[in-house]
Amino acid sequence: MLVFIARRLVLLPVVFIGVTLAIVLLMQLLTPYQRAAAFVQSEQQIRQIDSIIQQYGLTDPWYQQYYRWMNQVLQGNLGFSRTTNEPVLTTLRNRFPATLELALLAIIPVIGVGIWLGTAAALNRDKVVDQITRVMSIVGWSLPTFVLGIWLLVIFYGALGWLQPGRISTNYLVEIAGRSGFEHYTRMLSLDALLNGRFDIFLDAIKHLILPVVTLAVVQSAQIMRVMRSSLLDALGRDYVRTARAKGLPERVVSHKHARRNALIPVITLAGFTLVGLINGVVITETIFNYPGLGQWAAASAINLDYAAVMGFALFTALMVVLANLLVDVLYGVVDPRIRYE
Amino acid sequence: MADATYTQVSDAGATTRRESRGWRDSKALKRFRRNPLAVVGLLVVLAFVLTAIFAPVITDVGRNCLRDLGLSAATQADYKNPTKAVFWRTMFAPPESCFTIPRVGFSNVPRDAETSETLLGTTSGGYDIYYGLIWGTRTAFKIGLIVVGISLLAGLIIGSLSGYIGGVFDNVLMRFTDIVISLPSLVIAMVVVMVLGNSISNIMFAIAVVAWPSYARLMRGEVLRVKEEDYVTSARALGRRSLGVIFRHVLPNAIGPLIIVASLDIGSIVLTAAALSFLGLGAQVGYADWGQMISFARDWILGPPGQPLAYWYVSFWPGVIIVLFVLGWNLLGDAFRDVLDPKSA
Repeated sequence: MLVFIARRLVLLPVVFIGVTLAIVLLMQLLTPYQRAAAFVQSEQQIRQIDSIIQQYGLTDPWYQQYYRWMNQVLQGNLGFSRTTNEPVLTTLRNRFPATLELALLAIIPVIGVGIWLGTAAALNRDKVVDQITRVMSIVGWSLPTFVLGIWLLVIFYGALGWLQPGRISTNYLVEIAGRSGFEHYTRMLSLDALLNGRFDIFLDAIKHLILPVVTLAVVQSAQIMRVMRSSLLDALGRDYVRTARAKGLPERVVSHKHARRNALIPVITLAGFTLVGLINGVVITETIFNYPGLGQWAAASAINLDYAAVMGFALFTALMVVLANLLVDVLYGVVDPRIRYE
Repeated sequence: MADATYTQVSDAGATTRRESRGWRDSKALKRFRRNPLAVVGLLVVLAFVLTAIFAPVITDVGRNCLRDLGLSAATQADYKNPTKAVFWRTMFAPPESCFTIPRVGFSNVPRDAETSETLLGTTSGGYDIYYGLIWGTRTAFKIGLIVVGISLLAGLIIGSLSGYIGGVFDNVLMRFTDIVISLPSLVIAMVVVMVLGNSISNIMFAIAVVAWPSYARLMRGEVLRVKEEDYVTSARALGRRSLGVIFRHVLPNAIGPLIIVASLDIGSIVLTAAALSFLGLGAQVGYADWGQMISFARDWILGPPGQPLAYWYVSFWPGVIIVLFVLGWNLLGDAFRDVLDPKSA
């Protein structure tokens, strides 16, 4: 297993080189001035853009530029984001916890509800439960993030006034930003609030997270549910399930222990795609709900033509995806002991 | 001689009859018809196709469009008259200006159907929601068909070369498709559109960049399968060149399923395009485009004091249209997948 993980980690640089190469080649379509943004470190430097073009040889052939750009990236210099007015790496570091908080909270309903409803549908095949969940899944699957998000906002913010966009209410914002003793342990607000023993801030943060989490979760959980249903149906028809029933095992043990465990394998495959879907979703969801995470920054940067920021975000996503795929492969081995990576 | 001809004809007739009955009675079609959701999906998609085709008939085009069609005040009803040439031109090759949504006033505040005297009201900037949605259907199909076309072509060529040549070439290409497929499509498309500039055609290109690898993989798989078939071996034994074998034997055998898979992707392709548009990376303001129409709604979530839902139509109608479109394709796609792969039902 360790050997396998090590081998997959070796693959990481390959993907990294592939993605960076693609980025640099794409950047060749830009003017040297636009490309220079990736090398600027601070606001003062923007004023000396010509000397930067000189210094970094942005008119050189692309492979020389790639080599130099790669050197910079490996030293942790991803350029300067005009959108947030700080180095790209700083923004990534500052905003990642907010996005992680959102994504982690979304994964719980996605996996939980998806597997639970999928199981219920498969065990009650062609009965009312199955029909209802089937319709639910196909409708949920067809609700685009940006439509659902806007609608939820219109209903729960516009009409009912129960929930607000943003990450935290303004009166808490001052307190959290100031030096009032609120410690940022993880930079995930809800968790930090709990660690600080501030339940009022925790509730406020959760209230702001409900709508984005629902928006993110609906589409993804619908997909997990569909796969769970069909793969459990497949497992329930297998010989070992019949054998288990013939042995006289209780139906619950048969369906949950024997069938479901095997049915989970395709679901885990899909979970890898779920992360990718979440990254796509986060860009839109954060934009709609004005949630200060990586996705909102990336979308705003793309409109601002903030090249360094968008490239930095793309690089970061690629890294996340590779790591997630690794995790999925490891999970296969945990769920199905037959799968051994030699 | 006469006898021979007679037998041939009757044979041919028998074959066609048998084949046609076989097609109509085929299990696949039966499964499709038995699935009521699939029929609903088909109807929804058909409704959208009809809407797109008859867009000029069911909307009143704007002034610029009339001008570009060469219509004056006296002849301006001609584009709705099937006996005039301009009718067919508007139907099949309308000037770009017809895609610009006519404005009912220039007020930035949306107005509902009654005050603006339009069917569904107006959105920010006085743009007619009804016109935008109807002509947006055309934009949607244009994007969907062109993207499917480009990426299918790229996928076919690259996939078949990769499968047929094999070796290092195949390996490098497939690792490359691995990377593209595993990355979030919206993010890649975002990068591409940003670099190339905002426009519908760049959106189409960006989505094609993301879409072709999965078709290339499918095609490669098909080529690898067909390559081992006896008729390919014999074609090669007869001295046919590689490309000839690909075009004459592999392609006709592989293209059917690929086209089905690709055309079912139209729903998600349109969705990605709408998402990019929503983020502000789409066409210029005022172009009939669903993503842009729903992005207008972001400014009108709160109504004026005391009337919380005053601007409901700005977010409701574009949303409904997009959801219906995606739902239709998903239902259809679901049914086709069941038909093509009976195990998954």
